[in-house]
Amino acid sequence: MSDERVLQIQQISAHPGPVPGRGTQRAVEVCKYVDVTTCIGCKACEVACVEWNDHPFRETTFDDTYQTMPSTDWNYWNLIKFVEHENAGALMWLMRKDQCMHCADPGCLRACPADGAIVQYTNGIVDFQQENCIGCGYCISGCPFDIPKFNEGTKKVYKCTLCSDRVGQGLEPACIKACPTGCLHFGTKGDMLALANTRAQQLVQISGFRNAGVYDPPTVGGTHVIYVLHDATQPELYGGLPSNPVIPPSYTYWKWLAKPAGLFAALLGIFAVFFHRVTVGPKRPQPEPVVTEHPDEAETKRSEQP
Amino acid sequence: MDRRTFIKTTVAGGAAVSAFGFNLAPVRAQTQALKIARTTETRSTCPYCSVSCGVIIHTLGDKAKNAIPQVVHVEGDPDHPINRGTLCPKGASLEQDILNERRLLKPQVRRPGSDRWEDISWEQAFDEIARKVKDTRDQTFVEKDEKGLTVNRCEGIGWIGGCTDTNELNYLAVKAMRGMGACYFETQARV
Repeated sequence: MSDERVLQIQQISAHPGPVPGRGTQRAVEVCKYVDVTTCIGCKACEVACVEWNDHPFRETTFDDTYQTMPSTDWNYWNLIKFVEHENAGALMWLMRKDQCMHCADPGCLRACPADGAIVQYTNGIVDFQQENCIGCGYCISGCPFDIPKFNEGTKKVYKCTLCSDRVGQGLEPACIKACPTGCLHFGTKGDMLALANTRAQQLVQISGFRNAGVYDPPTVGGTHVIYVLHDATQPELYGGLPSNPVIPPSYTYWKWLAKPAGLFAALLGIFAVFFHRVTVGPKRPQPEPVVTEHPDEAETKRSEQP
Repeated sequence: MDRRTFIKTTVAGGAAVSAFGFNLAPVRAQTQALKIARTTETRSTCPYCSVSCGVIIHTLGDKAKNAIPQVVHVEGDPDHPINRGTLCPKGASLEQDILNERRLLKPQVRRPGSDRWEDISWEQAFDEIARKVKDTRDQTFVEKDEKGLTVNRCEGIGWIGGCTDTNELNYLAVKAMRGMGACYFETQARV
């Protein structure tokens, strides 16, 4: 780990106060483009990801499909989902590269209660900082795409970094570089959207996919991984891509309502105690009531004495 | 308000403020250092299929005399005209081809009828191969075919080339094998 900070930070999880240095530099938003229609399911991106990130090797799971395993894992950040779909009597073999979507409004970051465990850089990459992670797993439930995965050994959560180390040094992500069919591209968000729209139009006009379109869900503010789908009206077909990904509203209430209200109440309590102390003063012990003995009993006691 | 109260107030207020969320410690978030930042890049060819993609092998160290290089990463060569930086899953896993405990580093032979491979020296391997080539050629050499034409061919030996064979190697291979009369040539480029 070097001490140089190469990417400027945009958002920090659970960080009180403003983000230091935010808005002091210009930034270009980066984006991965995944053309699902030209993916051949070769899994070069999966292997390139494992190789670049030096992930330990693991057993794969045979599940009656060509899919490597049922879902991504803490040490398997990039998975091609294989779906056999029947469309008007014809088999369509859908292959979608499943990985972190790097949302503009990330649910993981919003849910995270640990200061600095999740950051978003100004180029759009959402990155986990494992040294600040407390392993609570809230990001897992906050993610609408089921991406962050927990490691039982380290008690931390891991996910795709969009190769922030490579991108920070001016390289493309490892998966993008490997892709032999060119269904993956990398560039600025604007360029990738333009490319995706062109490709979607091509699919509509030439290839006859009337519902072809671009997947860039606005419900999470857009993503920094965009898909071109044969049928953009049914993203669920592609291995469970949500058509309206939403961050669970409980996190919004918690972070934007319950937490500030609770802090305010606690502060109010402390100030109330203080002002009570100043205005009313400390609580003093009450003087004990004077107990006077009965004169008759005193008399008899005195007479009994020798 | 006397002096004692003022000091108490300051301490309590400060504690409350720091406990409830004004953190002045600098925020440190950083990306991982690029693992290939100063590695030595060596161009090579993927050995798997006939496409012969160009790869870059990243090794530790800057080729200094006392540094023994070790492969740390392999990825596609963007300047190679065939693959322009891309690789298939087999090519992308080339690092595991190099750093593999099961990689063969010496010649092995499985004798006829045996169920195991045994290690042999290069000298012994060369000798045995030469002996077998000579014997096979002597047994299967055809000087004249059934029509009486001189053909001088050796039908018992074939040759299979690989995708990383250079022009020079292929030239030598063809010369040597044609010289023996072998006419069955195949290459991985057709597989």
